[in-house]
Amino acid sequence: MDKDEATRSAIEAAWRIESPRLIAGLARITGDVGAAEELAQDALVIALEQWPAHGVPDGPGAWLMATAKHRAIDLVRRRARYDQKLRAIGRDMQTQAQALGEPDADKIDDHIGDDLLRLIFIACHPILPTQARAALTLRLVGGLTTHEIARAFLVSEPTIAQRIVRAKRTLSEAKVPFEIPAPGELADRLGSVLEVIYLVFNEGYAATSGEYWIRPELCAEALRLGRVLAGLMPRQPEVHGLVALMELQASRIGARTGPSGEPVLLTDQDRRRWDRLLIRRGLAALARTEQLGGAPGPYTVQAEIAACHARAASVAGTDWERIAALYVVLAHLTSSPVVELNLAVAVGMAFGPGKGLEIADTLTGQPALAGYAQLPAVRGDLLAKLGRFGEARTEFARAAALTSNERERTLFLARAAGCQPGGPAAHPGL
Amino acid sequence: MRYLMLLTGTSPATPPPPALFEAIMKLGGEATDAGVLLDTAGLLPSQAGARVTLAGGKVTVTDGPFTESKELISYALYDLRSREEAIEWASRFVRLHRDLWPGWEGQTDILQVMGPDNGG
Repeated sequence: MDKDEATRSAIEAAWRIESPRLIAGLARITGDVGAAEELAQDALVIALEQWPAHGVPDGPGAWLMATAKHRAIDLVRRRARYDQKLRAIGRDMQTQAQALGEPDADKIDDHIGDDLLRLIFIACHPILPTQARAALTLRLVGGLTTHEIARAFLVSEPTIAQRIVRAKRTLSEAKVPFEIPAPGELADRLGSVLEVIYLVFNEGYAATSGEYWIRPELCAEALRLGRVLAGLMPRQPEVHGLVALMELQASRIGARTGPSGEPVLLTDQDRRRWDRLLIRRGLAALARTEQLGGAPGPYTVQAEIAACHARAASVAGTDWERIAALYVVLAHLTSSPVVELNLAVAVGMAFGPGKGLEIADTLTGQPALAGYAQLPAVRGDLLAKLGRFGEARTEFARAAALTSNERERTLFLARAAGCQPGGPAAHPGL
Repeated sequence: MRYLMLLTGTSPATPPPPALFEAIMKLGGEATDAGVLLDTAGLLPSQAGARVTLAGGKVTVTDGPFTESKELISYALYDLRSREEAIEWASRFVRLHRDLWPGWEGQTDILQVMGPDNGG
């Protein structure tokens, strides 16, 4: 790497670290996240012009913030002047700049935490479609480029760019205020934020399509977002519950793929490869939810389930009865047929495959599971354990036809081929 | 990607000023709030430790202190997107020492941890 390239990388790294706080502080001044993002980008452009010639300043973060602030204040002043002129010619027009008055730049630093939280809430606003919320959050709060988001979601760059532009326009047109939701709507709005973070995590953890089974970078992004949120909302048990869930699931990433990238399911994993640090962090986050009290929410219950696996030294040593009981609680909380399917797996492990199959069979008519590859995969597994190999083979073939993940398809086809007496050991597929 | 940061240095005769500890705590808090600092701790002087060596087929145990002039002072484990981000966090940490403890000299070594994202 030559010197210019090294300087450029250093500038981009400093900008990336600062960009969420930068955008959040600027959105407070301008009242518009789109404008805030552009101003933050402008600061990066100025840095890229000036630093290679004058050297990287000592505190690059402070420099970027100061530069962007000045431009933001200019913008607000220009808007205010424009507004005055409009009024002078007899037009009555209310703009954000007017309501804000002269911005006090020094106050920005005192509110970074609040501003960042506002930024997260606005990026995850329910007015936006879920996919747009995810893209906007990764862009504004995660500091990812459009190219990186597109690559992460296996979508074309123009598609993501358009999604982000539309999202910003929607927020602007709807005049969504840059503020933390009122207590009455906080629970719903927080639910939307948690949903977005977990969606990002899951897209990395169980890639729904494409060649790869796991994309660890996306899991890492979601984990960082979750940790940021936990720091901003330390009194919210479900935030810690989600962080616990992600840390515990991520602890298994290293064991979840074999040497050639093929999936290795939970019960086949070499538990020595589980990440002890992430397990420790996950269990600590779970302990925080318990300290905070209250009835556990769906993320906390899922984290409790993940903790049962994390604490167990082996499949046989796993408390499957507790897991089954937790899935019953989760089914009440979410009324999701996918949870019912997981319950079938856990019951199969705790009380025998026949009991598990009874539950799985009740789900075959569920429209929500009509195209879901895991349903035939779970039924195939339970049928194979009961020695009903012909039926099991049909189920695995169906699962292989339904999945859009190449790695998973290979796995299901192998299970189908192994459906005979003495074939490969069966296990829960989730 | 995980990065392990190891701080080594030579302390001046003056004790570390309380302002340095405060600044280090503040920076650590920022890194934690940013979701990137996974673990960190200070290390006691090597006098409290020991070294187990294999040489010429023989395992020997030597009591601390180790003979190196610079002592390992602390470690930190970060979860970051790039080596450049690691350099930025480490630079912030080292600058605190320059600004708050005149005479202190040392270095932070940045090492990438093997993991699922780099073939480890």
